[in-house]
Amino acid sequence: MTDKIEPVFAGVDVGASRTKVVILDAEKNLIGHAVKKSGTDFTETAGVCLESSLKMAGISKEDIASCISTGYGRKNVPFSHETKTEIGCHAKGCYHYFPVSMTIIDIGGQDNKVIKLDEHGRRISFKMNRKCAAGTGAFLEEMSARLDIPLEEMDGLARKSENMVELGSYCTVFSGTEVLEKIRQGKKVPDIVKGLFLSVIKRVLEMDSLTDRVVMTGGVVAHNAYLVDMVQEITKSEILVPEYPQLTGAVGAALFAMEGEKP
Amino acid sequence: MSEEKKSTRKQIAAAKPLKKLMADYFYEMDDAAKTGSKKIAWCTSVGPAELLRGMGFLVYYPENHGAMLGATRMSTELIPYANALGYSPDICSYLTCDVGSYLQKKTPLTMAYNIESVPRPDVLVFNTNQCRDVQDWFAWYSRELNVPLVGVHTHRDIGEIREYQIKDIASQIKDMIPKLEGVTGEKFDIDRFKEAVGYSRRTSELWRACLEEAAAIPSPWTFFDATIHMAPAVVSRGTKVANDYYELLLPELKQRVKDGVAAVEGEKHRLYWEGMPIWGKLRPLSEQFYSLKTCVVASTYCNSWIFDQLDPDKPFESMGVAYTELFIVRDEPYKEQYITDCYNRFKFDGILFHDAKTCPNNSNNRYGMPERLSEKLGIPVLTINGDLCDLRCYSEEQAKTNIEAFVEQLEEG
Repeated sequence: MTDKIEPVFAGVDVGASRTKVVILDAEKNLIGHAVKKSGTDFTETAGVCLESSLKMAGISKEDIASCISTGYGRKNVPFSHETKTEIGCHAKGCYHYFPVSMTIIDIGGQDNKVIKLDEHGRRISFKMNRKCAAGTGAFLEEMSARLDIPLEEMDGLARKSENMVELGSYCTVFSGTEVLEKIRQGKKVPDIVKGLFLSVIKRVLEMDSLTDRVVMTGGVVAHNAYLVDMVQEITKSEILVPEYPQLTGAVGAALFAMEGEKP
Repeated sequence: MSEEKKSTRKQIAAAKPLKKLMADYFYEMDDAAKTGSKKIAWCTSVGPAELLRGMGFLVYYPENHGAMLGATRMSTELIPYANALGYSPDICSYLTCDVGSYLQKKTPLTMAYNIESVPRPDVLVFNTNQCRDVQDWFAWYSRELNVPLVGVHTHRDIGEIREYQIKDIASQIKDMIPKLEGVTGEKFDIDRFKEAVGYSRRTSELWRACLEEAAAIPSPWTFFDATIHMAPAVVSRGTKVANDYYELLLPELKQRVKDGVAAVEGEKHRLYWEGMPIWGKLRPLSEQFYSLKTCVVASTYCNSWIFDQLDPDKPFESMGVAYTELFIVRDEPYKEQYITDCYNRFKFDGILFHDAKTCPNNSNNRYGMPERLSEKLGIPVLTINGDLCDLRCYSEEQAKTNIEAFVEQLEEG
């Protein structure tokens, strides 16, 4: 809380599932942030998230020197000065936390990204998941509904697994059928949930090779930290995760705003 | 907030005569179909059109119709009718939308030219150099309409072209003559055939010259323009009409280069398009690239109607060469070298691969080529998922974001 007015910068990431807003001060400190379901009115949700973030930072809208929006709803944010793609913003955000050459794995609500950066933070390549939602947050949401398990309990359940059940299907709907079959066979729920996590990881790892340091971001990682442990085990390498993995894209957008990348 | 800027670019003047050319082409065929004044052959677009023209046929191209169904976005509604007959949604969407169009008695020719239906064929002639689907496509019509079906079966995955391959294709073309004579009721006339080959050769030369104008910086036209202006090279190949058209277009493009007219105002980036067009999204894609100051300068697709090996003095053999040296039937090393040569000529900054769900033969991203070319040429590549005609396979938002992010990546240098 401060009454000193400094230039602050806002980043708004209107994702297919959640809207994230961050406020950075001139020293790049995260002084305000908010996350909310994107819902059906992206403009309103972005506004609500901005209000919450400003309140947290103890500042007003007028203090924002520049704002950049990103994500699927990036063009629905009337108070942003410019838009950037979520690929660019995740790259920017990750490099801010880990200034090394890296492969970023972002698991979002509806899409996954694998982005490669060189040692200067420049993008070398990127890939997004193809049309289907296999391996995204939407897959876990669908499965939590099928299993009647609250989303927030899945991480804890997966950790309790002793004999993981592997799922073979590529398709979310067919995976649902497979899960029903496993239930009929009497498999334990934690083992099925861990199998679902592995399914997410497999879909992501088949998108691209992993080179250099690996950074994981996104809402799915933020709420299911066990996924990161599993990836570490599979890849036998340490995975880096920013403090707020779900906010990485919004942080990147705010950093772009700070760089003066506005009209 | 930046909104995509609507295209305000200078229109290509030849578009007007092109419109008339296409109208005349369809009216002539519609009249012939109704009056029986001329025989009509349906032909695959990279099929032996010269032979058919040389034997006096009017030539109709179902693929052109497929592209029209795609461009008018009628295709996505029509495809399921063919799917229901047992033609998988995973096979060529030209085939499925065209068959669906026939079943539903709906054609874009009605809206464009007030023509009720496509012209009934007297013979169906295919060349499998594009894919096996064309044969199945024409076979469906052959059964449905009880019309004779003849075709050329090509060689595939060709590295260096061998003499036996040329001889084989040439002899397959010769073998068609008696069957086609049976349809026309006229004796084959070698001089008329040579004349058609000569016209086609000239069309190829002119079409190549038009495409190569895009090597200029800034480019006077884009891939999206070329997908429209290639129509005469497809449908009027083997006639003087096509040559007259490109004799008109080429000087206009040259003048644009001379005057520094940029198809994309403030051209900052240049791309190569590999794979099929997304017919139903040509305009939004063209406008998105325009707003990103990015010009798609060249493509394998538009280059596919260059047959400059055609030689009227050796009509059969040269058709064998021309239809065998095509990109689509070649092996991976050849294809990579081909795109490398295009890179050297057109100086693009990146390659966009279109992975068309229903067109594996014309989707060259599936065996690691993007990665190999990116490493070889030192330029970034992007693959977008879509389809030529089946928009159920296309996520517009995903594609737009990918393209925008790709251009951001180019900006980072």
